Amino acid sequence: MTTNALSARPTFVATFQRLRLGPYLFMVGFALVVYLIIGPEQFVNALTIGSIYALVAIGYTMVYGIIELINFAHGDVFMVGAFCSMYVLTTPLGQTGPVTDPPALAVILFIDFAVTMLVMGTLGTAIERFAYRPLRNAPRLAPLITAIGVSFILQNIIQIIYGPSPINTPQIIDPAARVVVGGLSIGVINIFIFVTAVTLMIGLQMFVSRTRLGRAMRSTAQDREAAQLMGVDINRTIAATFFIGSALAGAAGVVQGLYFGNIQFTLGFQAGLKAFTAAVLGGIGNITGAALGGFLIGFVEVTAAAQGYFVWAQAAVFAVLIITLVFRPSGLLGQQLGERT
Amino acid sequence: MTQTADSGGRPTGGAAAEPSTLLEARGLTRRFGGLVACRDVDLRIPSGGIVSIIGPNGAGKTTFFNVVAGIIDPSGGTVEFRGRTLISRPRRTWLEPVFWVLPAAIVLLVEYLLGTFSGDEESISLGAIAVIAVLAATLLTAIIRPRWYSRFIDRFGVLRSARPNDVVAAGIGRTFQNIRLFQNMTALENVLVGMHLKLRSNLGDHLISSRRQRADEEAATRRASELLALVGLQGIENELAKNLPYGDQRRLELARALANDPVLLLLDEPTAGMNPNETAEMTALIGRLRSDLGVSVLLIEHDMRVVMGISDRILVLDHGEQIAEGSPDEVRRDQRVIEAYLGTGAS
Amino acid sequence: MSAIAGSTAGSTGTDPGLRARLRDFSNRHRSITVIVGMAITAIALPLIVLLPPFSSFSGQNIWLDGFTIAGIYVLLALGLNIVVGLSGLLDLGYAAFFAIGAYTYAFAASPFTGNEFPFWPMLLVGALMAATFGILLGAPTLRLRGDYLAIVTLGFGEIVPIAILNSSKYTDGPNGIGGITPPSIGDFLFPTTGNPWPFYLTMLALITLSMILIYRLQDSRLGRAWMAIREDELAAAANGVNTVTTKLLAFALGASTAGLAGVFLASKLQTVTPNLFRFDVSFTVLAMVVLGGMGNIWGVAVGAFIIFMIQSVFLKQLNLFFDNVNVPILSDIDFLQYQFLLYGVALVAMMLLRPEGLFPSRRRRRELHTEEDAAFGELGDPMGAAPK
Repeated sequence: MTTNALSARPTFVATFQRLRLGPYLFMVGFALVVYLIIGPEQFVNALTIGSIYALVAIGYTMVYGIIELINFAHGDVFMVGAFCSMYVLTTPLGQTGPVTDPPALAVILFIDFAVTMLVMGTLGTAIERFAYRPLRNAPRLAPLITAIGVSFILQNIIQIIYGPSPINTPQIIDPAARVVVGGLSIGVINIFIFVTAVTLMIGLQMFVSRTRLGRAMRSTAQDREAAQLMGVDINRTIAATFFIGSALAGAAGVVQGLYFGNIQFTLGFQAGLKAFTAAVLGGIGNITGAALGGFLIGFVEVTAAAQGYFVWAQAAVFAVLIITLVFRPSGLLGQQLGERT
Repeated sequence: MTQTADSGGRPTGGAAAEPSTLLEARGLTRRFGGLVACRDVDLRIPSGGIVSIIGPNGAGKTTFFNVVAGIIDPSGGTVEFRGRTLISRPRRTWLEPVFWVLPAAIVLLVEYLLGTFSGDEESISLGAIAVIAVLAATLLTAIIRPRWYSRFIDRFGVLRSARPNDVVAAGIGRTFQNIRLFQNMTALENVLVGMHLKLRSNLGDHLISSRRQRADEEAATRRASELLALVGLQGIENELAKNLPYGDQRRLELARALANDPVLLLLDEPTAGMNPNETAEMTALIGRLRSDLGVSVLLIEHDMRVVMGISDRILVLDHGEQIAEGSPDEVRRDQRVIEAYLGTGAS
Repeated sequence: MSAIAGSTAGSTGTDPGLRARLRDFSNRHRSITVIVGMAITAIALPLIVLLPPFSSFSGQNIWLDGFTIAGIYVLLALGLNIVVGLSGLLDLGYAAFFAIGAYTYAFAASPFTGNEFPFWPMLLVGALMAATFGILLGAPTLRLRGDYLAIVTLGFGEIVPIAILNSSKYTDGPNGIGGITPPSIGDFLFPTTGNPWPFYLTMLALITLSMILIYRLQDSRLGRAWMAIREDELAAAANGVNTVTTKLLAFALGASTAGLAGVFLASKLQTVTPNLFRFDVSFTVLAMVVLGGMGNIWGVAVGAFIIFMIQSVFLKQLNLFFDNVNVPILSDIDFLQYQFLLYGVALVAMMLLRPEGLFPSRRRRRELHTEEDAAFGELGDPMGAAPK
């Protein structure tokens, strides 16, 4: 029996694999199980937290996809974004609490997001320009160490300015405001965060697949030399990648402050690890994967916390990382590689 | 089918067609997603022979090479070396990690059923420690790979293809197309790494700097110097590899590959970037390896003078498929080869 | 003894004969060099601090105490150097092994558990415990690429203090375990205040022993295998090196050194708490290894010592750990902040400007001499040249 695999009719399994229904089904199933375990309240909470992780994870995965570097400082960009948002809200905009007037709220939110995302994008690009680009041809260990150094610099600057204790942030969307959807009472803030995150992610996906710069990013991630030969400006493309990733992290920072009401300089370190796990889980280099991974990690963390094992929630996330790396290093949506290094 | 593919395996039984076959690749195939990099390639390397693989760029030569060297797993086919299956398509490799986790999972389950987790912190911690200990034990076993472990894994049809260091242990050495020396180590140290498997002292010996360790090291240093002299690099033992001129670097890589006393050398474009003089020298050196050391050679080459001058047999690949295989004269006259690669008037 | 022959055979012609011969001697007889060097240090340090201006800072006893604590960091740096410097594996959770060693001794010799095991064998036990965890951590992760390894070790370094903090039943959580027995020789119990000499000399002995052993490893086929992995892992495998076991050994041996340091720490401070072992420690030791010249054993030791001295003298407190055990004074935190900011800047600057560290080893100096105007990228680097 010598059926050439290439000429046989596509089997169900092959189609299933090609459309990558598997990972999505897994997601849905997992979400269902989580919903049954923790109930609708916490499920909404998990979606919200997952949104934050997803936004940060995207930055990790984009950078890794294009220059194969784990940007340790990325989590701290998220943290600086949170502080930046707090600053924008409190100092120029002078907010201290919930804003009730919808148009004013919209304007304030817009300014907050716009400024924070712009500043963070610039910060990320600057970090790349001064700390990573000179080491682009250096062996693996050098930019990793530099990234750690930058991470520490960011953390300590914020710590010096704002002190080590948690700082309160104005929750301009009233945390107590709720809407009733289909018999469930859901917080407005939760809906806002989820919608914002998904909108940003869809926007990014469209950007990457439809625009010239997005194509440049994808091609550079696949084969840098070939892209260069095709006329892609590598430096500009990488800088743009960092800008977008950091801007998204900035958005996540805004959201963090709005949802939790307080921020601390250690935020980036904690969240960074989890967001990176999310990126790995979803398939490093894959933007949709990072988004999925973010939500998954949100589920894991909230489930563990809801069961009372709050401190072990961190260990649970770490365990997820190890399991993914050992059993399926390409993540949910990544390619299965057959090579050994 | 319970053949092991790693270097601890048993002979395949059934004599090879000719008693002097050193390496035989049968139906070797490698797919990357939808792309078939190399399809159904057969190759026979006789003992003491020099075989070249030629073909246009992208023909699958390096892929084939990397499969034989154990760096990539094949999607199909086998490679037999000295009568043993060395490389074959891995089967059920996912099963192995399951075995690592299974004992710990069973312990976890047992504890859950016994209700260890409903108690206080103490019992949870004890339970966790037990699980971790079992996991550690299984992982250590997997790393050390004692015989009974390999046999146990075999029984479930798990087939693991040879890793690069297994391939070296079997007696195959290789060089790389774009020189992969240890840049910040000296020439001598590079060759000494090549002798890694020959040195028999272990961790304990290292720590106490035993007599065996010192004797080993001295003997190794002497042998390394000899090898360097053999390839024409005497006197530069203490130069950093990265400071050597290009031609010397190629020779150094050769010396390193020879350090393990291989019976087969895989040379990936050994004369790339060399001028005609250097090419002639390298060709002569390869010939001497065969005549003086009895080493067989598998060569990837683009330079036709080298290929035609030194090969006993030539394999021609194009788009992953084997389009010709035979002696230099046969290949030179083969119509398909001429069209695909040589062009008319190749000498 | 050393497989690396002395530099007499026509390498850099600029070395005067005496220096070359001295270097050759030190290569051939590493152990003697280490012992002599450490003996000189042991005698010189206490004498130097009797001179002004050092004598005006603190009395000799306090200085020696500070040196002993510095020695702990030297040990840590030596151990991490095996992992990061020699083998090129970025381990960001090194403090976890330090914690394991410390808590092992705490379990073995404190009223908390009621055990009274003697100190000296516990050194070995602590090292072995840490090594075991090194293997446990490494086993599932060493097939991964370097970046992933860094993240996983970071996670591990986070998990261990958290686990210790939250297993109150076993570790008395945030309070830590106190009343740990100091070492003793026969009936002589090491004084924990006043006479610093017993601890000081013990630490020197530990460092000497570690350096001798690590040098022996570096000059053996294992050391070469480590360096080969650092330079080019694929080529190392293609030459017969079993990368998995070799990396595991690097991890285990590096961890065991941290375990050793941990046992010593516990016996000196008599108290161990989880917040002695946070990422700060891992980061500081990493900074020491990088700044001291990765892979260079003496350089790392000296670098660690200098950096620690700067840190503690600058902070005008010689017993950093003592203050950590008590309620932290607010001013301390401010100083610590600047210190880590400085480390961060130093790391970045180092990587960009002088990646071979403050004390480039003999081989790096050679490369700088012979290829002076080659750009950094082409020159490659001891940290793992990826071939282009």
